[in-house]
Amino acid sequence: MKRVIMSGNEAIARGAWEAGVTVAAAYPGTPSTEILENISGYKDDIYCQWANNEKVAAEITIGASIGGARALCAFKHVGMNVAADPIFTVGYTGVNGGLVFVSADDPGCHSSQNEQDNRLYAPHAKLLCLEPSDSQECKDFIIAAYELSERFDIPVLLRVTTRICHSKTIVELGERGSPKVKKYESKPSKYSMLPAFARLRHVVVEQNLSDVEDYSYSSPLNRVEMGDRSIGIITSGICYQHAREAFGDTASYLKLGITNPISKKLIKEFCAQVDKVYIIEEGEPYLENAVRALGIDCFGKEVITIQGELDAQIVRRAFGIGEEPEIYEVEAKAPARPPVLCAGCPHRGFFYAMSKHRDKILPVGDIGCYSLGVNPPFNGFDMLICMGAGFSMPIGVAKALEKQGDKRKVFGMLGDSTFFHSGITSLIDAVHAEANVCLCLLDNSITAMTGHQQNAGTGVNLMGYEAPQIDAMKLILSTGIDEANIRVVDPIDLKAMDAAITDAIAAEGTFVIITKRPCALLKEVIKANAGAHCIVDPEKCVGCRACMKIACPSIAFENKKAYIADTANCNACGLCQQMCKFDAITKVGK
Amino acid sequence: MTTSILLTGVGGQGTILTTKILSEGLVSLGYDVKMSEIHGMSQRGGTVNTQLKFGDRVYAPNIGRGEADIIVAFEKVEALRALPYLKKGGKIVMDEREIYSMPVLIGQQQYPHEAAEALKNAVEDVVIVPASKIAEELGSIRSQNICLLGALIAALDIGGVDWEKLVASSVPPKTIDSNVAAFKAGFEQVKSK
Repeated sequence: MKRVIMSGNEAIARGAWEAGVTVAAAYPGTPSTEILENISGYKDDIYCQWANNEKVAAEITIGASIGGARALCAFKHVGMNVAADPIFTVGYTGVNGGLVFVSADDPGCHSSQNEQDNRLYAPHAKLLCLEPSDSQECKDFIIAAYELSERFDIPVLLRVTTRICHSKTIVELGERGSPKVKKYESKPSKYSMLPAFARLRHVVVEQNLSDVEDYSYSSPLNRVEMGDRSIGIITSGICYQHAREAFGDTASYLKLGITNPISKKLIKEFCAQVDKVYIIEEGEPYLENAVRALGIDCFGKEVITIQGELDAQIVRRAFGIGEEPEIYEVEAKAPARPPVLCAGCPHRGFFYAMSKHRDKILPVGDIGCYSLGVNPPFNGFDMLICMGAGFSMPIGVAKALEKQGDKRKVFGMLGDSTFFHSGITSLIDAVHAEANVCLCLLDNSITAMTGHQQNAGTGVNLMGYEAPQIDAMKLILSTGIDEANIRVVDPIDLKAMDAAITDAIAAEGTFVIITKRPCALLKEVIKANAGAHCIVDPEKCVGCRACMKIACPSIAFENKKAYIADTANCNACGLCQQMCKFDAITKVGK
Repeated sequence: MTTSILLTGVGGQGTILTTKILSEGLVSLGYDVKMSEIHGMSQRGGTVNTQLKFGDRVYAPNIGRGEADIIVAFEKVEALRALPYLKKGGKIVMDEREIYSMPVLIGQQQYPHEAAEALKNAVEDVVIVPASKIAEELGSIRSQNICLLGALIAALDIGGVDWEKLVASSVPPKTIDSNVAAFKAGFEQVKSK
């Protein structure tokens, strides 16, 4: 068998392919994005698509499952909130073809707005939950997930975390099984959840869960590893690796692969064989509560943090094993290196122009590259909650400001992908409510933050085929918004950008600014600007630092002069040139 | 026995490709290998760390403080930032390339130009490899990462893998010659010391 090293996300995609999956859908979100990207490598066998949002993705795959196909839907943890509505009810209907939801959680907030622990969804939505602890298990568990889903008529939640998704470990490859497509049969009482049918399904679902729990007791997906019996560790997912690293053979382990429903019998038997029970898990006391509910005393969150990502050292420290490792120390301090808007990023022009009017504007942010605009020197927004909120929170903020006589104009911002995701419904509400706000659609022609995925507006789909391009402008106009209240500008054109913002502040009623310029990292943009960059004439530069105000990573300042420190990444967007009153900056190489 | 290597740099420097080539070579030798990277923001100029552990059996993929046998730094202050992860008696292989972060560019924070000296004073085993200069002379600064890979392979002293062939199959076809030359030059930098 071929042994390769692959990430958890690659292994999930591979497992789906080997399991005979034929339909997959997702909305991009770190750390889940590469699952569908890798599935698109199997596009001859698996139909796959980026959906507009996670709810749509879930519903596409639920439809596929009821239709008889094995289907996979992936999202980051917060994406599952968007998808929760259909997921809670497909928990009642059960499946036809096997159905797997992959939730990629992000303990430590490496690239997320919270640390929610989506294992909690499993008992709540009545899903079978599996937690792999390395890439091999990602592949094996996905294959098992489809068998279990069909055998017990239950959707499966495969719950992974950043450290599983983005770690590469060794995987033995298998072959693709034949595509598993079950014949569709009309069963309205199973799949149409009206109250009378739903009440009946609830009875069936509870029985199914009870059957899974019986199966779980002897399932190979759970594993007991007996070592020293003075300590018994119950753990799952990546935390199994941290626990093994910290305790080695000085403890016994119950490694749970199935974490909903949890086999009570298995827990009781394991705990009876050990002196003390330790629960090692990231996030919420999920396993701990299940153990305590059985009347078993254990050590868990009282010693190990609920916050952030665990590692072996945190585990050692929590349980008082070993000594703190010696480390080297020096006096010199490394300056911070926060992520920034790239050289040539279109959002830079928008944020700089808005910063000039910041005393008259209260901006609301959203999820995407433009989230980075929050940092100095732009201080680009005051609040950020979730996808789409950049267009809906302003409606409420404006009302609250109005009540206290605060005259500032409320601005909202989001990108093209976020607009299709959920900004469109927010925009409709703003227009319908006649909200006195300015909503800015920062259109860079791609889903950029997660690494350039296609969306409804890009004209190409996940599989690389041409697709109908949805026109955001026509959607906006169809709300009936006054055309006089719309501006379309190139955000790098500072004069135009400033004029649009000035008009928006003065306007009454809902105002829309669309900034249009493709992401600087798009291949075609890089190609078009190959070799082009700006230069600073040191004779003309007076050292006024005006060009430094745009916080471009390509411009540096030394010996009282500005200079282009990184000509490779400067794409001659020319924003710095517009800042210079002394004509010291010119574009070259085009 | 597990060997832990931490590679650190700035988004765009190619730490991830370097680690990928290294891991493929180690897998071909039959080791258990785990590699961990956090790359959510990497394209946006933030710090990028990739961690690689290999041995007979590796559990946790990530490296804790005081646990790295070798730190390979693609940028000077990133060596400084990663220092707490170095095991006592461990080795640093670093380039002296300076890439200013935004707080430095806008004058909020100072860049510690003396970082390499400070590290040499504190750590017994520091090898400076002028990888970006070597790479530039060979045609493109972009092969800095492969030059550092050569240095790392020499530092690890692992035989049984045709690393140059592996490099050639992992980089864009047009850059094979310059990357293989960069690998050799990096290897010699450490071998000769």
